Formats: sequence, structure tokens, C-alpha cells
Amino acid sequence: MIRTTLLAAASLAATTAAMTAAAQAEVKVGVITTLSGGGASLGIDTRDGFMLGMEQAARDDIEIAIEDDQRKPDVAVQIADKMIQSDKVDILTGIVWSNLAMAVVPAATAQGKFYLSTNAAPAQLAGRGCNPNYFAVSYQNDNLHEAAGAYAKSEGFSNPFIMAPNYPAGQDSLAGFKRYYEGDLAGEVYTQLGQTDYAAEIAQIRASGADSIFFFLPGGMGISFVKQFADAGIDLPVMGPAFSFDQSMLPALGDAALGVKNGANWSKDLDNEANAAFVSAFEEKYDRLPSIYAAYGYDTANLMLSALEKAEPSDADAFRAALKEADFDSVRGDFKFDTNNHPIQDIYIREVVKEGDVLTNHLVSTVIEDRSSAYVDECKM
Amino acid sequence: MSPILLAEQVLNGLQSGVMLFLMAAGLTLIFGVMGLINLAHGSLYMVGAFAAATVAGLTGSFVLALVTALAGAALAGALMEVVVIRRLYARDHLDQVLATFALILIFSEGTRWAFGSFPLYLDTPDWLSGTVQLPGGITYPAYRLALIGVGLVVGVGLWWLNARTRLGIRIRAGENDREMIAALGVDIGRLYTLVFALGAGLAGLAGALVGAIQSVQVGMGEPVLILAFVVIVIGGIGSIRGALIGALLVGLTGTLGSVLLPELFKLFTDASSAATLGSAFSSMAIYVLMAGVLIWRPTGLFGARS
Repeated sequence: MIRTTLLAAASLAATTAAMTAAAQAEVKVGVITTLSGGGASLGIDTRDGFMLGMEQAARDDIEIAIEDDQRKPDVAVQIADKMIQSDKVDILTGIVWSNLAMAVVPAATAQGKFYLSTNAAPAQLAGRGCNPNYFAVSYQNDNLHEAAGAYAKSEGFSNPFIMAPNYPAGQDSLAGFKRYYEGDLAGEVYTQLGQTDYAAEIAQIRASGADSIFFFLPGGMGISFVKQFADAGIDLPVMGPAFSFDQSMLPALGDAALGVKNGANWSKDLDNEANAAFVSAFEEKYDRLPSIYAAYGYDTANLMLSALEKAEPSDADAFRAALKEADFDSVRGDFKFDTNNHPIQDIYIREVVKEGDVLTNHLVSTVIEDRSSAYVDECKM
Repeated sequence: MSPILLAEQVLNGLQSGVMLFLMAAGLTLIFGVMGLINLAHGSLYMVGAFAAATVAGLTGSFVLALVTALAGAALAGALMEVVVIRRLYARDHLDQVLATFALILIFSEGTRWAFGSFPLYLDTPDWLSGTVQLPGGITYPAYRLALIGVGLVVGVGLWWLNARTRLGIRIRAGENDREMIAALGVDIGRLYTLVFALGAGLAGLAGALVGAIQSVQVGMGEPVLILAFVVIVIGGIGSIRGALIGALLVGLTGTLGSVLLPELFKLFTDASSAATLGSAFSSMAIYVLMAGVLIWRPTGLFGARS
């Protein structure tokens, strides 16, 4: 009896100690990302890149909570509400999909929380809906598609067929491509988000007389399309943003993806010190090559850490100013924020190649230097 | 739109329809015979695809991969029936839904634990890659044509099984009066396991066949499961013929809707907004179809009249 009482007391003491330790954490960070279902590989890479950055910093005064949004806007909103209301987080991050970001970010920033985007950066939040507490570390949605558009123009394509899912990032995608391509189109199609069969679209491409194809289909959607397209026997140049050919998809795509050109603001062979260190540390820890989502996650962690060195999120003005300085070594090389808190950075074209047996992306050229975003003038803050 | 393109789209609709039929046939059989709502049917589809991807990766043989998918999913189905499902027949539908939903979570996390979260590689075999030239100048992928063939063969096989074999007689008898056939000396427990394994095997086969042209990943079964439920509601719960007609209707409506609706909106607005509007409306098309059928025939096209 005495022993059980002692045990209970000891465990109670341990719990209390754990609670005090948690209470001592000065900064709380909530990571909401997609860890199950069709989009899981994107969220897992985001999380792993972010956590790699956090582990390297080894700061025990930062508490991180990670939750799975299942790529569902309603679930993301519930998690965000819980993190803000009961966990009292200071900073939110991690959302992959723009429709989820549109559901979470405006409400979170309105409650005075900081949101650092590891990926989704829809046009609405870069222009009129911009907010001083919202920072897109990755890009503005249109950017990588603009690179593909610029590439299409420079290659002299005159009749591309363009395709994207029907959600905010899909609309940004086609708008971005058209902004830099400027010519005629063989066709423009919106598919369903999460669609897996593209027979109908491929038949349209075949009948359209297109001279090239641009598509934005991240994750499983892209894998399905590329395989079905390769099977349809249509021999046309293929372009896309990095999301259609990211590292986590390439093993499932196989040789069907070889030679494909994609717009990106990061590549594993981008030549700078921070990137080389990131790629080797990521490979060592997770035993696979990092994808572009992992790179954004890692940069986001380092940006946040650089700002935390200078200020506490509780002092919102100082913390905001520290974030804005972007005083960290980005794996993308030169990096700074424009007035709408979206990056100014170089955008490249990559090509899918084989390194031995491993499919990966290599840099081909820089297509747009120091690109900001199309909506920066609409942002008043 | 040219007649050739339209014909190709009709073939695409048929192809997606017959693959849905493989899923819906098992679902409707299980519901018809045992009165069980099996939400975990999509997990068996995933099991088939993962089994096929593993075997194809190890041996390089696509046929062997399909056989393993069919057998593996049937085995997983039989196990599922013996361990969990058997305890649910006497319970109400809410308990069944809860338990089979739990099975989805267990299968998904189990697969993630065994294979990881990243999509696996499974490709069409060389002898079915590329396209064939059909009469009328239609170029069509050989693999998709083969899928239509497999679906129709399975359809005929199920009809034969149901109408011409002793097992079929027992299945139909089980649908009508399970106490009576048990009293006549048929081992109803074994019959149930057999029917469940058959439905599971068909789902696994569909998963492997479709996995070769889509992405083999955790959670791939759930979107198909929703469509399969739409199919059996349209076709009439428990009817295999209804499942076939319903699957073809859903396949054709989904495909032609996504092609024709944007064309329709182009008559009224510019190309960009027509594409957005068409896409939004075509995602509703099959549910509108379902609602229409249910207003006309509340028990589905071939459902029993009560």
C-alpha cells in the first residue's frame, strides 16, 4: 500500500515536473501539415525539413506541436483553433495546400499570431489580403509557373496545352504561366483536386494539336498523370513547376519523367554552402534525398530561429522586424523579403535526370532573376 | 468536338466504369448477402495495389503481380471476416460503420508502417504499353482497352457464378432467407467468408489494375470507395446487374461531364472562366445523377421494391 502511494506520488511529481518544463518553454510553435492520405509525402517532407532545422539549433526553450490536417480545410481550421485557443501557440506554420491556407491564415493573423508559410502562398494573401504577421518563406504561388511560362516563350513554343487542379493554387498556376508566356494556347483545363484518372484530359490534349504541355499536378495527381500520359503515346515536350516532379514523386514516376523541364527556386545541386550542408544532413538523417518541400521547411525553421535570436514573439513589433530582416543562410542563396512579406529570389529551370539509378533534378538555367510577386503593389501595409 | 474525340471519351468513361464495377460488385454482394456495410472495402483495394507493386518489383512479372493482388486481397478479406466482421452481422449498421472505419485506420497505418508514406512504383507491362489503332481512326492506350476487357470478363464471370453454379444458388438463397438455408444444412459461416473473400479479391484486382496507371499510395482506396457507394445506391443495393449499369453510368457521367460542361460554358463566357466553371459543375454531375435516380426510383435502378 505504502509502495503504491509512493509510486503514485513519484509519478505525480514527475508529471508536475514535466508540466513546469513545458511551461518554461518560452515559444510555442504549431505545425499543421498533411501527414496522411494522397498528399502525405509533401507534408512529411515539410515536417522533416523543418524538424531538421530545429534539431540543428538544439534550443530547448521552443516547444513544437505537429498535427495532421489530412488535406481537409475543416480539419486544418479545427487544429488551428485548438492550437491558438488552448495551446496558446505564438507561431503557426506548415500548411501545404492553398485552400487550407486560405481557411487558416487570415483568422490566425487576425488573432495576432504569426504565420510563416512553408509552401502555400495564394495570390489573395500576397495582394489585398496581405498581413504584417504573415510571411511566405517559400515563394508566391505564381512564381514557379511564371518560370515555366518564361521557358516556354524562350523555347519558341507557340501552342501549349495548360492544366491545373481547380483550387486557389491551380488558378494562380495558370495565371502565372500565362503572365510570362503571353502567346496562344491550345487548351486550358482545370481538373479536380485529388483526381487520379486523366484519360479525358489526355484525349483532349491529343485532339488539341498542342506543341507542348504545361501541367501543375502535385503529389499523387502528378504521378497518375505522367504515367497515363506516357502510356498514351503522345510525344510532346513537357513542362511544369517543381511540384509536378519533386524528389518524393520521382521514384514512383520512373523513367517516364526523364528530360522533363520544371520551374523551381531550389535544387539539390544549387551551389551554396548552406544548401550543401542541408542536403547531406537531410540524407544522413532520413536516408533519402530532400524534396523542394523539405528545403522550404528547413528555410522556414532557420528564418524563425534567426528572428528568435533577436526578439520574442510576445514583442510582436520587434519579432516582425527581425523576421523581415531575413538574417539567415537560405539554402536558396540570396533571399530577402519584399514589402508584402513574400521573397525576392532567382527562379530556375530544372531537368529530370538520372544519377546512376536515382532519378533527380538538375539545374539548367536561371530564367527570372530577383523575382518578387505580381501582386506586391496591391498590398497596403 | 470531333466524333473521334467523343468516341475516345466514351471509351474512357466505359473504362473508368468497369473498374468501378469491380469495386462495387464486391460491395453490393457483401451488403446483399450479409447485410453488412463495409467501409474498409477501399483498404482491400489498397492492399491489392501494394501487393502487386511489391511482387512486380521483385519478379518483374505483371501477371504474377495481378494474381498476388487478387489472392492477397482475398486472403486479407477472409481474415478480416473471420476476425472482425463475423461479430458484426447481428449488430446494427452504426456499429458496422464504426468497426469498419476503424479497420480503414488500421490498414492505412499498417501499410504506412510497412511501406512508408511515399508512393510506390508500379507500371503497365511492356506488352500492354503504347497505343492501338481502333476502327474509325481512334488511337487508344492498349492498357485501358485491356482494362475494359478484364472488367467485362469479370462481369460475365460473376453473372455465370450467380446464375449457373451451386455457389450462386446459395448466395441468392442467403440473400433471401439466411435462417432457412442454414436449416437446410448449408454452412452459412463458410458461405459468408467465401463471399467476403470474393468481394475482397475483386477489390484487390481493381487496385492492382488501376495502380499501374495511377499512384500506389496509402489512402488511395477511399476516393474510389465513395464512388463505389454512389454506384450501388444508383444500381440498387444487392444487385450485381445494378452495380454494372450503375458503374457504367457513373463512369460515363464523370468523364463526359468533365469534357462537355467546360465546352458548354465556353458558349457563354471566356475560356478561362469556362474551364473553372465547367470543372466545378462536373464534380457535382454524378451526385446530381444519383439524386435524379433516387427521386425516380428510391431503391435504385434494380433494387428490391419494398
